[in-house]
Amino acid sequence: MAGEDLAVARPDAAGPPAAGSDPSGDGPGGGDPGGGGPARLFVKALRRPAFGALVGAIAVFVVFLATDNTPNHLWLTQTGFQAWAQQAAFFGIMAVPVGLLMIGGEFDLSTGGMTGFSAIIMALLVGTEHWNAWAAVAVTFAFGAAVGLVNGLVVTRSGLPSFIVTLAAYFVFRGLSVGGVLKVNHGSTSIGLTGTRHPGMDSARDVFGGSFAHSSALPAGYQTAILWFVGVTLLGVWVLGRTRFGNWVFAVGGDADAARRTGVPVRRTKILLFMGTSTAAALVGVISFLQTRTAVSEQGVGYEFYYIIAAVVGGCLLTGGHGSAFGAALGACIIGMAFQGVIYSGWDSSWNFTFLGVILFLAVAVNTVTHRRAMRART
Amino acid sequence: MTATGSAAAEAADVSGDPRTPLLAAEAVGKYFGSVRALHDVSLSVRAGQVMCVLGDNGAGKSTLIKILSGVFPPDAGQVRVNGEAVRFHSPRDARAAGIATVFQDLAMVPLMAVWRNFFLGSEPTKGWGPWRRFDVPAAREQTRAALAAMGVEVRDPDQPAGTLSGGERQSVAIARAVHFGARVLILDEPTSALGVKQAGAVLRRVAQARERGLGVVFITHNPHHAHPVGDRFVVLNRGRLLGDYPKAEVTRPELVRLMSGGAELDALSHELERIPGTGLEPESGAEPPPAPAAAGQTRDEPRPRADPPPPGA
Repeated sequence: MAGEDLAVARPDAAGPPAAGSDPSGDGPGGGDPGGGGPARLFVKALRRPAFGALVGAIAVFVVFLATDNTPNHLWLTQTGFQAWAQQAAFFGIMAVPVGLLMIGGEFDLSTGGMTGFSAIIMALLVGTEHWNAWAAVAVTFAFGAAVGLVNGLVVTRSGLPSFIVTLAAYFVFRGLSVGGVLKVNHGSTSIGLTGTRHPGMDSARDVFGGSFAHSSALPAGYQTAILWFVGVTLLGVWVLGRTRFGNWVFAVGGDADAARRTGVPVRRTKILLFMGTSTAAALVGVISFLQTRTAVSEQGVGYEFYYIIAAVVGGCLLTGGHGSAFGAALGACIIGMAFQGVIYSGWDSSWNFTFLGVILFLAVAVNTVTHRRAMRART
Repeated sequence: MTATGSAAAEAADVSGDPRTPLLAAEAVGKYFGSVRALHDVSLSVRAGQVMCVLGDNGAGKSTLIKILSGVFPPDAGQVRVNGEAVRFHSPRDARAAGIATVFQDLAMVPLMAVWRNFFLGSEPTKGWGPWRRFDVPAAREQTRAALAAMGVEVRDPDQPAGTLSGGERQSVAIARAVHFGARVLILDEPTSALGVKQAGAVLRRVAQARERGLGVVFITHNPHHAHPVGDRFVVLNRGRLLGDYPKAEVTRPELVRLMSGGAELDALSHELERIPGTGLEPESGAEPPPAPAAAGQTRDEPRPRADPPPPGA
């Protein structure tokens, strides 16, 4: 995989349609411009939820290109790309399903806590219980899916806001993570693998926590997490734009009553979306444990907001019904670039947060204005 | 998926007597707790017929629609489709039997493109197993064709449904029901929030559906909209049926009188006539029609305006 080709705009997903009569159908209003004047095309572009994120990602990339303060101008090298892409990957694997869930009209605040807790399950099963790593991976995924099922069932059956339900779940996981690790590991806040060999560890590591495409320019290679990110993004784009389920996601978030009346299984759709976020959190936990061979009890805490920021920056409407999986992935890239760019620019890393705050505000403002315009404009 | 369901319904229909009502309610009743919402209501609709259900707010129209469209079953009496007693457990069952309901709030998602809305819940798919996918090109093409066939002009099927006018949205919803092989169309107050011109467009779609041999149940509180397009009229008042009239036997003013419960209206006219003397004149004057801007936005039925028909109506 050629590194630079992937920079900023991943042409594989929702870029301009390369071939065929029809584009990715990424947004609910998305579609083939099919001719018409430039103004018409412009309105069509504005209507695409990922449009703002694409412009934003390019802008952020250019800003850090200009402020790059490293001796060899690392920003434009494979090293630079690898550095921000691997951060973006961790955000993006979550941002895409979180974005889908947001389009479906719900929040999941338990995601950050879930990533950490999943890593701890891996560490306990592999390190303490000496399970085969693959069996541990399977159990962790099953646990992730089960958590989403419970979250989804509670939200859809009780009618309580998902914000509260998943916030409660978040605190449960956080308590379990910290308390559980302390108890198992006698006062330490992390669980690492001891020197003994662990069955299945090497092959599982190759798939989830390894690296690829080593070269003289980049001895460490790219992390496989980046491939998982691309895979999750493609899956999200496809599901949202090209499946019945994707149509239902827009519908349950846009108007759940209308969706129910047309026969959309509203509860099932939402439950599956919750299962998507929690399973993705399990994936992140698996990847991070297999990469580092350690699980830290406070891992992932607070990250749920980055995922939500990425989704919102990517054009997902907080109130549901509108958004883009590709946009959420772009949002994750923006966050990854911001974290790495601040370092390369030689700024203090505390500026990360200020930068994110500004980006978030700008993105939401631009998205809201363009979206309103596009909704008003008749083509 | 739905295609097979409606095909089966059609097949069953062909074998029957064409004079058998497509959809009939027989002495249906419904209670909500101790409140009797509907009592002993019967009506039927045949192919190529528009059955108008008239009634003021709270007359039981919504309850009746919900029974006919499968939202809930009646507590008394029964519903028949093609002469056979049925018990719907969900709107899905009703739809499978060829009964499509266009609800007042249209079951359309404003942020979604027209073509995505058109196939919502019944998306055409192609492929197999994990490659089974929403057939987007087919959905777009069929939306265009179905709208054109019903004479609905939507400039761009990609535009979000929320940017359509209220009349356009109603028309799209009707075209959608017809496209999915509905034999009976139940329309819930399709013209209530619309201006005169848009209401006219919707009434044209109703006539078009009738020409295609559908049975239409047209629920409204507006006799002026019902009378031109209806073939039969039933009037509901406080959960009871006041009467069932073929078009030949009832005039528009009579409908208006029936609807508001004859004597009550007379009393109201008397009351209003006295008002000029009391200095309340400006209030009793003609109230402006609902602003078109509110079209499609209001979920409530328009307020029961004290607008007895102008004498000339």
